[in-house]
Amino acid sequence: MTLNDVCNLVSGKVICGESRLNDEISHAFASDLLSDVLTVKTNHFMLITGLANLQCIRTAEMSDISYILIARNKSVTDEMRELASENNILLIVSPFSLFKCSGILYSAGIKPVY
Amino acid sequence: MYFEYFVEGGDFTNAGYASSQIKKHLKELGVDPSVIKRSVIALYEAEVNIVAHAYRGKIKIFINKNGVKMLLEDEGPGIADVGLAMKKGFSTASEAVREMGFGAGMGLPNINENSDSFNIDTVVGKGTTLEIIINF
Ligand SMILES: Nc1ncnc2c1ncn2[C@@H]1O[C@H](COP(=O)(O)OP(=O)(O)O)[C@@H](O)[C@H]1O
Ligand SMILES: [Mg+2]
Repeated sequence: MTLNDVCNLVSGKVICGESRLNDEISHAFASDLLSDVLTVKTNHFMLITGLANLQCIRTAEMSDISYILIARNKSVTDEMRELASENNILLIVSPFSLFKCSGILYSAGIKPVY
Repeated sequence: MYFEYFVEGGDFTNAGYASSQIKKHLKELGVDPSVIKRSVIALYEAEVNIVAHAYRGKIKIFINKNGVKMLLEDEGPGIADVGLAMKKGFSTASEAVREMGFGAGMGLPNINENSDSFNIDTVVGKGTTLEIIINF
């Protein structure tokens, strides 16, 4: 499905990277542990996380992750938005919990990385 | 090519800056994306370790046509038992570091996994030097 579909399913708000909304995604990985994200060998997946900090964006940058979904409407700082934009990362914020976001997307056919 | 960066212990805002710069340089050089990813993930975990566990440090990056050598020299507490520190799950990270998304004891094992050669030289009470080599 497209990232636009993902965004609608989780009632998400796009923070930056709108140009990537038509990209297709098939896999996702949900984690609040950045060290764990850094062990994932593939990079074509969406990161679903409850962690809203600059290191989360840095981790995506290092891992070549282009899509991040932040759960529970955590606030995104200007620095986070700037770093994400700089790296052409699509950043979406959803009001739903990490569990609900993951459940909805899993039901809709998004596959787990592991 | 040679690059040098300074890292302050506890400065989580700038943690990853050096890794980010090196990623840009490697991209410009046309290095294979999977090799870039291995290099910057190893460098990033090592950079975060200086911020999380040491007082300050210097990162020295040497790039030639064969690969990249990364030296991370810090002034800090050092590592008393390197074998233990290398074990998955061993961590002395603070609560603040854990809240940041690190501190699960996965950094050093992941650096080892991503590098072609990895050495730790450490003196308790003085500091730690990591040497990470990745071949192109
Ligand atoms: N540069 C360093 N200076 C002092 N201690 C370190 C350093 N790097 C790692 N360590 C020690 O090794 C442990 C394991 O490191 P690591 O695998 O990166 O896990 P984490 O950083 O999540 O604790 C750390 O908790 C710390 O005790
Ligand atoms: Mg670490």
